[in-house]
Amino acid sequence: MTDIAPKTIMTVDDSPSMRMLLRAALTDLGYTVIEAEDGVHALETLAASPEPDLLITDINMPRMDGFGLIAEVREGGRRNLPILVLTTESSDEKKQRARSAGATGWIVKPFHPDKLAAAIRRVLH
Amino acid sequence: MDLNAIQQMFFQECDEGLAGMEAAFAILRDGDHDAETINGVFRCVHSIKGGAGAFGHERLQAYTHHYETLLDLIRNGSLDLTPALLDIVIGAFDMLSDHVAAARDNSAVPADAAMLARLEAAAGGGSTVTARVGPAGPAATVSEPAATVGDDFDDLMAMLGDVSPPAVPGVEADAPAGWKLVYRPTANALDHGAEPLLLLRELAMLGGTVVDCDVTALPSLDAIDPDCAYLGWTIALPGTASEEDILAVFEFTDACAIALTRDAVATAPVPTPTDPVQVDAADATPAPAADPVASAAPPIDDPKSAAKGAPVPPAAQTIRVDLDKLDRLVNLVGELVITQSMLAQRLTECQMGGISELSDLEHLTRDLQESTMAIRAQPMKTVFSRVPRIIRELEGEVGKRVRLEVEGEMTEVDKTVVERIGEPLTHLIRNAVDHGLESTEGRIAAGKSPEGVVRLSAAHHSGRIVITVSDDGQGINRARVRAKAIERGIILPDAILTDEEIDNLIFAPGFSTAATISNVSGRGVGMDVVRKNIQALGGRISIQSREGVGSSFSLSLPLTLAVLDGMIVTIGEQTFVIPLSHIVESLRPTGETLNRFGLDGALLDVRGAYVPVFPLADHLGIADAERDPTKAVLIVVEGDHGQAALLVDTIRDQRQVVVKSLEANYQEIDGVAGATILGDGRVALIVDIDTLTARSRPVRIPLAEAA
Repeated sequence: MTDIAPKTIMTVDDSPSMRMLLRAALTDLGYTVIEAEDGVHALETLAASPEPDLLITDINMPRMDGFGLIAEVREGGRRNLPILVLTTESSDEKKQRARSAGATGWIVKPFHPDKLAAAIRRVLH
Repeated sequence: MDLNAIQQMFFQECDEGLAGMEAAFAILRDGDHDAETINGVFRCVHSIKGGAGAFGHERLQAYTHHYETLLDLIRNGSLDLTPALLDIVIGAFDMLSDHVAAARDNSAVPADAAMLARLEAAAGGGSTVTARVGPAGPAATVSEPAATVGDDFDDLMAMLGDVSPPAVPGVEADAPAGWKLVYRPTANALDHGAEPLLLLRELAMLGGTVVDCDVTALPSLDAIDPDCAYLGWTIALPGTASEEDILAVFEFTDACAIALTRDAVATAPVPTPTDPVQVDAADATPAPAADPVASAAPPIDDPKSAAKGAPVPPAAQTIRVDLDKLDRLVNLVGELVITQSMLAQRLTECQMGGISELSDLEHLTRDLQESTMAIRAQPMKTVFSRVPRIIRELEGEVGKRVRLEVEGEMTEVDKTVVERIGEPLTHLIRNAVDHGLESTEGRIAAGKSPEGVVRLSAAHHSGRIVITVSDDGQGINRARVRAKAIERGIILPDAILTDEEIDNLIFAPGFSTAATISNVSGRGVGMDVVRKNIQALGGRISIQSREGVGSSFSLSLPLTLAVLDGMIVTIGEQTFVIPLSHIVESLRPTGETLNRFGLDGALLDVRGAYVPVFPLADHLGIADAERDPTKAVLIVVEGDHGQAALLVDTIRDQRQVVVKSLEANYQEIDGVAGATILGDGRVALIVDIDTLTARSRPVRIPLAEAA
């Protein structure tokens, strides 16, 4: 273990159970987790918390959806913050949409902790 | 938070989602096909599918997938939401509820083959998506826990430098030919925070080594754009690595950036002779992958088995408190209320009743009691949300069209009441659809809309909850009710009854029997059982009906079972509490209204109906009570077995009392429902009207049979 400080991951999902699942899996992987309930809340939390190393966001959310959040984050100057999108769609079209919206990658729900870990490793600097 | 708790959260979300869908269908059925409404339905199913997968509810996940596929076609406009299609969608919703319940209770999964076929037929082949069943399988590749990777590029550097190549796990003598992978990141490969080096690190974990680095595209230093990728790599991977795993590394990468081929030259065991570095499985450095995630996997690995045997109860609160703790709190507050009123009484006796602290204490105590009760309160929604489905099933069974209108579903009432109101309410709903509403033809003939309306409402009304089930049907046919009551010996053929009294006959024991009720309303119980259930909850039921216009059943229930509205009466030296829910009226009889019956019995003439007088003192063994009805008070009560006039000395008060269980504190006593402690510290028994009036029953029966 050569890490100095644990990496921080922000999760954005309107479903409390999904947030808890992510927290459980990410904590087990050794990450620090901060949470937000939707896009608007995520932007508020981003402004108020230490900078996360990775953002994981759901797409379908009230107030501001995942695409809206990504656009705001990118425009807000975080061009290189890795962002993974949580999606249940495995179709290429949907993934392409996430990419063109500015996401770095995606996690297909339901996720296995191993797959989650692998997806994070592929994008977390 | 353990997985079970998270799963419980998921089921709460399911309940909320299902309730939201129910509301959306009400809008859609009214013909308002708003895009956001349809989208909301889709989102609910979508979320349930996501959670079902996460918690390993495979059947639920498979079902939601098919359902979602159809909804998606409706959402994107490929399918027009016709009434017929809406019926299928709503039918599928009911089955979804069953699926969720089965997943929650670990009970038998509903047989969904027919519904799946309907969904697929409705989707009309428009869907080519196949169900992804089951949770994502464990990653085939054994990978290193991310936490040990972090920023550490040592392994990567080692690989780039061709020093100490990582071992290939599971190398076998007849391993397949190695892979040759050319990775040339596209110019935008660094966009959105992507980092190609991380992918090389992943490949290193699969046993890959960089055999060539292509620097031809690299411009001179001053021309380098740090946001552009210029390098390309050729990587050799052991043949034991699966193609799927290798390609998975590039999941987020443009497919054109990579080219993966089997190394044709390599036929020898891995490492292949063409590999620049000989990797010997025997003396290779242990790979960082020595500690596979699989062994350190979180309990999420098998959520289903973790959840097995522990059905998750539905709940709508955000804090879960052990019910025992809550009951203890309610109990303590009950004690406090009693102590407070005792204190008030003592102080009043000392002429200190007027001090302001006393009224402050009283206010505080009452507020505390109400707040405590509010903790146990749940919205009626829990019960009401099941009604649309009952109505839909009934529509099919009786062939009537019914529109449900619901009001006040957020009205809160004690958990116990919520739990026990479901059955009587279901019966009333069934009754309304089956007996209340006319057939479609009948409605058209009567000039009404062919669609019948059943209204369900709940509201707080002077410290009680009033639930109303009404219909716009034919109303009670009083001539028929009367004829049937005479036929069953409930009333005399020449009895003079008001309309209200006739209406109330349907609650008489023995009015409805198996021979006359359809299998819809029937289910083995009559309206007398409904009333009994309501009374057991300390409630009252009343009917309002107008022929041709409709009927309305009102249930008035206490907000909690821990307190009871009672009439405090004295018999001799003793004090008793009679539950207000059973009391019809109280009166001081005149000589003319009393008729002697048998040796020492008496009948009270209540406007033409004869009610047996029931001296409570005899049954409770009190010696010094008033025996002469004309000098005492008669309280007419309505119990399971009809009416009785209880003979008591005086009425002292009418108030709320805190119910104390006799069974828990002493033992069960026939004729006594419980006890309470009065302000003066004395214990007063609460009279059990049903058991007591049962004893007066023989008086009534011969009367009816004699007719």
